[in-house]
Amino acid sequence: MAAIPSLETKEPAGAWASIVADWSSDRQAFKVPWGKAMMWIFLLSDTFIFSCFLTGYMTVRISTTDQWPNPSEVFALNIGGANIPLILIAIMTFILISSSGTMAMAVNFGYRRDRKKTAALMLVTALFGATFVGMQAFEWSKLIFHEGVRPWGNPMGAAQFGSSFFMITGFHGLHVSAGVVYLSIVAARVLKGRYEKKGYEIVEIAGLYWHFVDLVWVFIFALFYLW
Amino acid sequence: MDHAATATAGHAQGQQHQQHPIGLYLTVWGFLFVLSTFSYLVDYFHFQGLLRWSLILLFMIAKAGLIVAVFMHMRWERLALIFAILLPPGAILVLVGLMAAEGDYTFFTRGLFFGH
Repeated sequence: MAAIPSLETKEPAGAWASIVADWSSDRQAFKVPWGKAMMWIFLLSDTFIFSCFLTGYMTVRISTTDQWPNPSEVFALNIGGANIPLILIAIMTFILISSSGTMAMAVNFGYRRDRKKTAALMLVTALFGATFVGMQAFEWSKLIFHEGVRPWGNPMGAAQFGSSFFMITGFHGLHVSAGVVYLSIVAARVLKGRYEKKGYEIVEIAGLYWHFVDLVWVFIFALFYLW
Repeated sequence: MDHAATATAGHAQGQQHQQHPIGLYLTVWGFLFVLSTFSYLVDYFHFQGLLRWSLILLFMIAKAGLIVAVFMHMRWERLALIFAILLPPGAILVLVGLMAAEGDYTFFTRGLFFGH
């Protein structure tokens, strides 16, 4: 069989070199900075992870024959003698949304090359995040030490409640904690002027991660706490 | 809305930088606060059944849409990126459908065997 004439005049030497050349050779599908495309793809994979957790939770909640504990009562707080349903979770929701607002503004000031405001807004965002994690720690300890919720059972009803709760909110809390560290590092570098030459895309990329964490919470809040 | 045209226009004007007025972010922030309050009130006023579930899902989707479209700037990205990121999660809906059917079946057989 005759060899098919190659369109390329210069064929790279070696099998691996040819694969790399074919997959890369100056082709660009997404006309955004490289880091931004990669962050989006990472977030897409993370979407699938959280979706699997939530789908698993849905499945065990549908299939259990025991009564599912009522989140409205489980997460109620006694403030000034009155039991307010779900109040801690509501406050946590507002805190996370506020952090998303400050993050969006940080991205804006980054592109305006206002280093101080960018770093300050990012640190405020991280502070909101840390507050969120702190409140989550409070919620976990209340559930574990006072209500006796365990991954394998609880006094309120279906045993699957604990495992779903710890898995989903735990994984989300880890994401928030990682985000706090990530934002603090980028904010410190912004302040030092490290991105003056490179450009401030990194703030937008870090922002994408942070907004995603908020996005996941929207789903957890609706499907786990409110349902 | 013609996404491609908007994205191309964005490219023409010095590009890639997602630069939008601060007021827009504050407006969206306000909307997210209001929507969160609404979803909290669904629980507070003890709405039940179909009304509760549809309201929860409605507010959830509205909030998610605002965050992705404006805060994450998806509205101003090119269609290639929008499709690459937003279409694959559609597969999750298939999984949810399958697992809901499976969960119902497990519940049914548990009822049958354990006499609940």
